[in-house]
Amino acid sequence: MLDSKTLTHLERLEAESIHILREVVSEAEKPVMLYSVGKDSAVMLHLARKAFYPSPPPFPLLHVDTTWKFQAMYELRDRMARESGMELLVYQNPEAQERGINPFDHGPLHTDMWKTEGLKQALNLYGFDAAFGGARRDEEKSRAKERIFSFRTASHGWDPKNQRPELWNLYNARKNKGESIRIFPISNWTELDIWQYIHLNDVPIVPLYFAAPRPTVERDGMLLMVDDDRFPLQPGEEPVMRSIRFRTLGCYPLTGAVESEAKTLPEVIQETLLTTTSERQGRAIDKDAGGAGMEKKKQEGYF
Amino acid sequence: MTDILDEPIYKTDALIAQDIDAYLKVHEHKTMLRFITCGSVDDGKSTLIGRLLYDSKMIFEDQLAALEADSKKVGTQGQEIDFALLVDGLAAEREQGITIDVAYRFFATEKRKFIVADTPGHEQYTRNMVTGASTADLAVILIDARKGVLTQTRRHSYLAHLIGISNIVLAINKMDLVDYDQTVYDAIVKDYTEFANSIGIKAFTAMPISGFKGDNITASSANTPWYKGPALIEHLETVEVNSATDAEKPFRMPVQWVNRPNLDFRGFSGLIATGTVKPGDAVRVLPSGKTSSVTRIVTLDGDLEQAVAGQSVTLCFADEIDCSRGDVIALADNPPQAADQFEATIVWMADDEMLPGRSYWLKIGTQTVTATIQQPKYQVNVNTMEHLAAKTLELNAIGVANLSTDKQIVFEPYADNRTLGGFILIDKISNATVAAGMLHFSLRRAQNVHWQATDISREFHAGLKNQKPAVLWFTGLSGAGKSTIANLVEKKLARMNRHTFLLDGDNVRHGLNRDLGFTDADRVENIRRVGEVAKLMTDAGLIVITAFISPFRSERDMVRQMMQPGEFFEVHIDTPLADAEARDVKGLYKKARAGQLKNFTGIDSPYEPPHDPEMRIDTTAMTAEEAADAIVARLIP
Repeated sequence: MLDSKTLTHLERLEAESIHILREVVSEAEKPVMLYSVGKDSAVMLHLARKAFYPSPPPFPLLHVDTTWKFQAMYELRDRMARESGMELLVYQNPEAQERGINPFDHGPLHTDMWKTEGLKQALNLYGFDAAFGGARRDEEKSRAKERIFSFRTASHGWDPKNQRPELWNLYNARKNKGESIRIFPISNWTELDIWQYIHLNDVPIVPLYFAAPRPTVERDGMLLMVDDDRFPLQPGEEPVMRSIRFRTLGCYPLTGAVESEAKTLPEVIQETLLTTTSERQGRAIDKDAGGAGMEKKKQEGYF
Repeated sequence: MTDILDEPIYKTDALIAQDIDAYLKVHEHKTMLRFITCGSVDDGKSTLIGRLLYDSKMIFEDQLAALEADSKKVGTQGQEIDFALLVDGLAAEREQGITIDVAYRFFATEKRKFIVADTPGHEQYTRNMVTGASTADLAVILIDARKGVLTQTRRHSYLAHLIGISNIVLAINKMDLVDYDQTVYDAIVKDYTEFANSIGIKAFTAMPISGFKGDNITASSANTPWYKGPALIEHLETVEVNSATDAEKPFRMPVQWVNRPNLDFRGFSGLIATGTVKPGDAVRVLPSGKTSSVTRIVTLDGDLEQAVAGQSVTLCFADEIDCSRGDVIALADNPPQAADQFEATIVWMADDEMLPGRSYWLKIGTQTVTATIQQPKYQVNVNTMEHLAAKTLELNAIGVANLSTDKQIVFEPYADNRTLGGFILIDKISNATVAAGMLHFSLRRAQNVHWQATDISREFHAGLKNQKPAVLWFTGLSGAGKSTIANLVEKKLARMNRHTFLLDGDNVRHGLNRDLGFTDADRVENIRRVGEVAKLMTDAGLIVITAFISPFRSERDMVRQMMQPGEFFEVHIDTPLADAEARDVKGLYKKARAGQLKNFTGIDSPYEPPHDPEMRIDTTAMTAEEAADAIVARLIP
């Protein structure tokens, strides 16, 4: 063990995140926390509960729903909102709903309409001027250069060349008319930090992160879970029970599973450490537009 | 395949596979080091970082495959892996082959987690390096062994030293290209030692490395048997971090947020800047100076027996004393001081130059106040460390200046306390972060000049004159008709037995402001002085009429802030430039167009019209007489 005056890396990361959460609450007019129910969101929510304890976090949770998340995600979402004493806002883009946009027939349009457009609509509808997001800098190259306080134009665009310098732990939260801020309190956490923190703090996460026998089909090299009967099976396609788990969670038809026997958190961490592919590899969304996929999406307003 | 693609030397812990629980026990209790890498364009900085990520197994197979493909396509290392491509993130950069901003990278070893701030070495990006350095415990200064100590090396070292980084690593890179020659290495170390001593760097650790070949990165290299020091990673794993030394200092915690879920609980939340705190400790709240003692350190995981620098906590007190965001909780018998005038180092980070006299937001810890900066005492040439005379500071300039704040702030010199000594300046109009600064000390003046309470109050002055004081602030282009209309307004008010005074731009420049010219900085000071004079006159109960071009919104807003609420009337004399130029009563436009008059508003200096003035007078739609009547009617309904 270390002597009592030297903080561990997780203690330093936690303190930094809590500091960021409190700064936003002190300086923004109407903050909200984007809650995607994944493990990063789980840690971010846990940090918010710590930051304001014994008060509940003084802002609502916003879930920009695509209607295509895993059932287990909806269950945990509702449970966590209850336990944290926070208001839960669920937003579904009415236009996407009306047009029946889905991941099977509409490809990239699905993400664009439900997520990117849905997010913009929700922020405009409620008039939130600051939104917490659970993105990490180690996820992707353009994230590595994004500030913790990331300003968006009235149309929610991101301008990577015109970012405010962030010095020490001083954040400038002053915005111009029409601008909003996306704030990333866990910017400096890595995937491994997240797992270790979940392990040490018993943070509740969706059971899909742990291996269990689940109905699956294999498509384009991706292992997809048949989560409900909306999954259109192709002729001759038959769901097969496989022991699988997920490294990231999104819309179930877009999220690839890995075959695994890791049923406990230490086993999941063990696999993560021994794995040879990066976390977002299972996500179809990052592969658009060549190497600059995420950067382009962010400029258009994606979180 | 080349040798760099062989199995990394820095292998993943065998424990992961054998005993994950034991592994987690060790790895969940690692420390963290934040460092910055600085080097010129071709010093191999990105390659070094890519190498650190690669050797610590932070690169996955899918990323490696993409990297191999990219290396062949756009890499600069022929068929070999170009590690630089791993870290040059944004599309614009990859096309141009440069790093344009601060990027953060992460890797971990058995002993520590590392956060690397990767900052570009180009001259125009001083601001990025200062930004990256502000959170760093250590700086790695890269030198190309073939080139030795360059101007950039000196600049990076100066900036790292300026921002207070005491751990400096001099990584002499590309040793493979000088045949691992010790004499080359020794000569560079000798050169650098001389320079380091000259700017006050007390100690540094030098090491010969090759980011490309991997020498002395993770383990001592057989190619440099003459080097007895640690490999880079070994050094990074063992060097002391800032948070450890911060814990030894007296307790200070800026209050971020008051936690008040119900009437029975009142806690003060913040990140402990320095020192330690325990229940029972006597504390003092600044600037009020009220004292109490800590009863609890509250967290979701239960109350703590002790908290140290770097932790975010919530404190409860034994007494109900005033304490809110911006206050600082400190050790009762050793508190920091409060002051409102300082000397500071300022690093300018905006395209628009600093304007002495303009008011900016200053954020320090959790305090935000209005600050004005005086003309710099000097600017530092970051290449030669010479002190140069300066009237202002431009993008990436570093200077020393006095500044004053509109109220007292709790502070400590930056050298003692980064949190209570480091600040940012924010432009009040654009909201951009325009500068970073470090407080040196407070000026004694702040402690010795007090407000003298006078018996005859401003209300009494106004009452004697039977009127409400006001400032009618006319703004508009030269030749718009400000002086003409102002003069008419004053005559009309005089006929109504009002006590007035007209401050005219040209007249003031003959006396009070005879030392000022027409640069942006001088225009700001001109308006500040007129504002102060107008304020004194309203204290005397007068209705003040001013006629100044006053081209910048920022200064007009500053004057507005000086006045009592409701006493400032901004009157925009709105005349199209073409009309004003056609009138050209004083012949000034003609001179300006001929280039004989510099910085002329509307021609080669901007005019920022008010967004929301109390009155807008369209001189193309009414006569001066009608305008004056309208203004008087507005003032005295």
